[in-house]
Amino acid sequence: MNIAVCVKQIPDPAAPWSLDPSTHNLVREGKLILDDSDAYGVEMALQLVDKAGAGEVTLVSMAPRNETSGLRTGLAMGAAKAILVTDDQLAGSDALSTAKVLAAAIATTEFDLVIAATESTDGYTGTTPVQIAELLGLPSVSFAKKVEIDGSVVKVDRQTEAGYDEVICPLPALVTVTAGVVEPRYPSFKGIMSAKSKPVVTLSLADLGLVGAAGGAVAGQEIVSVQKAEARQAGVIVEDDGTGAQQLVEYLEQLKFV
Amino acid sequence: MESSGADKCADWASPERVELRRTVRGFTERYVLPNLDEWEKDGEVPRNVHRVAGKLGLLAAGFPENVGGVGDMIDNLVITDELISAGASSGFAAALLTHHIALPHIVASGDEYLIERYVLPSISGEMIGCLGVTEPTGGSDVAGLATKAEDHGDHWLINGSKTYITSGARADFIVVAASTDGAGHAGVSLIVVDTSSAGFSVTRRLEKMGWACSDTAEITLVDVEVPKANLVGERGTGFYQIMRNFDGERLGLAVHGYALASRGLELAVEWARTRRSSGAPLTSLQTIRHKLAEMARQTEVARVFTQKVATDFAAGRVGSKEVAMAKNTSVYACDYVVDQALQIHGGLGYMKGSEVERIYRDARILGIGGGTNEIMNEIIAKRMALV
Ligand SMILES: Cc1cc2nc3c(=O)[nH]c(=O)nc-3n(C[C@H](O)[C@H](O)[C@H](O)COP(=O)(O)OP(=O)(O)OC[C@H]3O[C@@H](n4cnc5c(N)ncnc54)[C@H](O)[C@@H]3O)c2cc1C
Repeated sequence: MNIAVCVKQIPDPAAPWSLDPSTHNLVREGKLILDDSDAYGVEMALQLVDKAGAGEVTLVSMAPRNETSGLRTGLAMGAAKAILVTDDQLAGSDALSTAKVLAAAIATTEFDLVIAATESTDGYTGTTPVQIAELLGLPSVSFAKKVEIDGSVVKVDRQTEAGYDEVICPLPALVTVTAGVVEPRYPSFKGIMSAKSKPVVTLSLADLGLVGAAGGAVAGQEIVSVQKAEARQAGVIVEDDGTGAQQLVEYLEQLKFV
Repeated sequence: MESSGADKCADWASPERVELRRTVRGFTERYVLPNLDEWEKDGEVPRNVHRVAGKLGLLAAGFPENVGGVGDMIDNLVITDELISAGASSGFAAALLTHHIALPHIVASGDEYLIERYVLPSISGEMIGCLGVTEPTGGSDVAGLATKAEDHGDHWLINGSKTYITSGARADFIVVAASTDGAGHAGVSLIVVDTSSAGFSVTRRLEKMGWACSDTAEITLVDVEVPKANLVGERGTGFYQIMRNFDGERLGLAVHGYALASRGLELAVEWARTRRSSGAPLTSLQTIRHKLAEMARQTEVARVFTQKVATDFAAGRVGSKEVAMAKNTSVYACDYVVDQALQIHGGLGYMKGSEVERIYRDARILGIGGGTNEIMNEIIAKRMALV
């Protein structure tokens, strides 16, 4: 069982964020860290490989400036190796370009399953993983809250608004996992030290054959303007002078809830 | 964002150490903080916590690879720093990391039997060990021990008592300093004693001003028979083994000092920003602001100096004098900072249950344990050729 896990390296959410005033893109100058939502995917993959008794976990990431600190975290957790795509032309990539790059990078390694988070903490589009699946010609199952491998299929409990669907899907496939699918481990000190010597393959767009119009993987989007979200309005306060229940019902009626 | 334990010496902020800090902080937040109040009441840290820490490799830092160790001495200090900066408390760090004072003599001896039996299981978190030097009659005078180990051919017969022994109530074994060959330095040997041995007993669990979650024991040994194989290193070299390892313990306590100060400072800043007086936060008052500035300065000086001395010590560039200076610098900074942190909290600072109150009590031991402030000054004075 070989599993490729897409991991994003993002600016530390605990640190203040800023947007570049001219491109409106997120400033990614400082150290990047492993997106927390990807820690679930890494953990899930490690557990599945462990259960299978053979195979390895490969991390796949696209990041500026040869950034590997987030990858090191995943390697310290137990992944065997990492593939990093880094290229100046990729600054400001949209979800589709990112998917093209990641799909091409994943195709350079052997895999039975691709795991990704449902969405990243800094981008929130939630569209990259399914685009990767489409580009690789794989079936995809999103919002997994439980993942099991059973021979040549993957069995997924897929979170829905009402409950969950039980999905059986042939391998190879792509699965996106929700936070809470498993509890990510903290990297052990030994894991951290051994991550130093694990291989990280760095590829450029040219290495992936994605240069020029044919590849079309370079940033294809332009952010024209950014507006501050409107501040939330204060809610309605119902003071209970004995008619509280009645007031509540009237309010809900007004909103057509009852 | 700069974490409160952020390092100022490049060595201390390598990518691996940043990652290690993240693991330590995660461990603290998940396993320690939710339970700390309970352990403070119980007077001890449960064994299972050692196993969890062992699995994460947090007990292995600084020991050589052949005994299950990984990384170096600075890594271990980084762990201590982050535990305390993240709020796990100085007492918890003392209890969890007692093996760092119990094991080094055995490791240095290279004795395979003792390493297999005591070192490996302590580093994996299965066993708890402690070090017994101090006696009811005095701790500073290590050469004047009253505990005796008599040579009975195939075994030692040990009689005596030890006090203020960290983790002594939970320990599976104790490395005892005993006199094997008469009075004075040359008569002291180190011997490992299983706490399950007949004649060994914990006579009292000592109640302390601080470090409440760290159990501290008074111990007696009455005709305890110990196999000859349990002698650590050469007979009669105990005093030198203890002295050699004191430096490591003292650097650890220097880290406790600045880390605890940095936690106190963080709490004080938070409080001064939110607590209001005459309609404005305390930080709007110059006397409070300047207090915080001075606390920050002293904490920073202690941190930078301690980290530099530790880095130089690890590289063999400095010795006991600089270590003693680091310990006192850090302890004095910590004393000042925790006192002022409590002051800034006003009445709340004096209330049981507030973290700053605990920190204030915890800090007081740092100038006593591992050699007192006065003993540090003696070490410095001697190396200045003043005596
Ligand atoms: C919470 C706690 C945990 C401890 N854990 C351990 C442990 O795990 N193992 C262990 O073996 N010990 C442990 N100790 C003991 C500690 O190391 C001693 O308390 C310390 O060395 C001081 O010894 P003492 O208490 O006997 O004081 P004394 O030696 O009696 O000192 C009393 C005072 O006289 C001063 N003084 C003494 N001699 C000199 C001198 N030559 N020059 C100048 N001033 C001097 C001291 O500085 C001090 O102010 C612990 C102590 C505490 C409080």
